[in-house]
Formats: sequence, C-alpha cells, structure tokens
Amino acid sequence: MKDPCAHCEEMMQPYMDHVLTDAELHEAEAHLAECEGCRRRYRFEESLRIYVRKAADEQMPAALREKLAALRIPLD
Amino acid sequence: MEADAEDAQRLATEARDRIRFEEDALALSDQVYRVARHLASSREDADELMQETYARAFRSWRSFQPGTNMRAWLLRILTNLNIDRGRRQQRAPQMQPLEANDYYLYDRLAENDDGVSDEDRVVERLSQDDIVTALSAVPHDFRDVIVLVDLGDFSYADAAQILDIPVGTVMSRLHRGRRILKRELAESALEEAT
Repeated sequence: MKDPCAHCEEMMQPYMDHVLTDAELHEAEAHLAECEGCRRRYRFEESLRIYVRKAADEQMPAALREKLAALRIPLD
Repeated sequence: MEADAEDAQRLATEARDRIRFEEDALALSDQVYRVARHLASSREDADELMQETYARAFRSWRSFQPGTNMRAWLLRILTNLNIDRGRRQQRAPQMQPLEANDYYLYDRLAENDDGVSDEDRVVERLSQDDIVTALSAVPHDFRDVIVLVDLGDFSYADAAQILDIPVGTVMSRLHRGRRILKRELAESALEEAT
C-alpha cells in the first residue's frame, strides 16, 4: 500500500487547483483531517502561492505607459 | 453624392471603432505588463516586448473579434513575438530541470527552524528577490505556463490557446513547473542560510 502522506503530496496541486474528483477530494480531506504534517504542508503551499503572486507583481513603469499611448495610430 | 456620404459614414464608424479598440487595449496594459514582465527575461526585454506587442496590436486591430478576450489576444501576440525574437535561444542552454516533490521546499525551509508553528512565517524566509530569481531560472516552457495561470489568472484553456499547445500539456507543464520553481526556491534559500 502506498504511503498515505506521499499520496496526499501527489494530490496537493490538483487539490489547490480544484480539479480532484469527488472520490479523491474525499480521500485527501480524510487524510488531512488526521495528519498534522500534511495539513501544515498544505497550508504552506497556500501561503506560498499568495506570496509568489505578491513578490512577482511589478507595476508597469510610467514611461512605458506613455510610450504605449504614443504608439496609437493618428487619425487621418 | 450618396456614395460619398456612405463612405464618410463608414470611415467615421471605423475611426470610432479603432479608437475604442486602442483605448481598451491601453486600459489592459497594466495587466498585460504583469505577465509580460515574467515571460521576458528582464525588465528591458519586457519593455521592448510590450512596445512591439502594442505596435502590432494597433496595426492589426481589425483581426480582433469584439466580445472575445482581449487580454488573451494581446498575450498571444506577445508570446509569439517573444519566440520570434529568439530571446529564448539566447538564454543558457537548457539543462534537464531539477524537480523536487511538492513537500520539498517546506521541509527544507522548516528544517532550519526550531519548532515551526506558523506557515506564513516559513514563507517569509524567502525574499522577493529569491522568488523573482527562481522564476527566471525556470525553463521557458514551464515558466510561460506558470506565469499565465498562476500570475496572470488565465484558465488552462486560455493558456493553451495563447501558447498554442494542448490543455493537457498546460496542466502537466504547470505541475512540473511549480515543482521546478520550488526546487529553485529551496536552492536559493539554502544558499542564503549557509
């Protein structure tokens, strides 16, 4: 039988992406309810995803905004 | 005379549609940039790529179908330009990327900690630079998908259309790409710790 934590690890990404089947979701939730280690790692994944989005978010420079607006084709 | 009036009417309508198109495209530029910044290899590349994309979009505005997803349409142009320019070939030769299992990063970060209790704090061991650097180290095939789906909020179907690859490929690259990213993050976090 497969190690339940290893199996839970395999299901983590599809769980977060909401693409598990009902049966898999039930299985993941049942394991998470009893396994503190996997719960921690799932919570970490959630925080990580939010953190990566925040860290990678870069505002467009104002100078570029002006350059893009200047690319509009003038009316004849 | 009547034909002239019809012509004038047609031109006026076209000018109005074009201006509306340009305004809509410019209004999306912040969102397009957020994605472009990480599809490109540097800020300078992203800047050039944005200008080329908008210049092309403004020239070929008639090929945009009103009512469809303009942000995806702009990013399709941008990703094609990115490939055409051969920027990717200029990068270091691609090695087989190293993947870690999904728990790997947490385990590496937590092992240096005495009694981890708060997952948010563990995440904060990574700096913004760590994340940007790690992302740019992910090979482009995988990074493109992560950037579109995880940072740009595109659906699998939109990402598949933008990159012209099957949805199944989007899903498998996303899965592997996130693992490669975590491996890269673990590397940089460990380097700092030593």
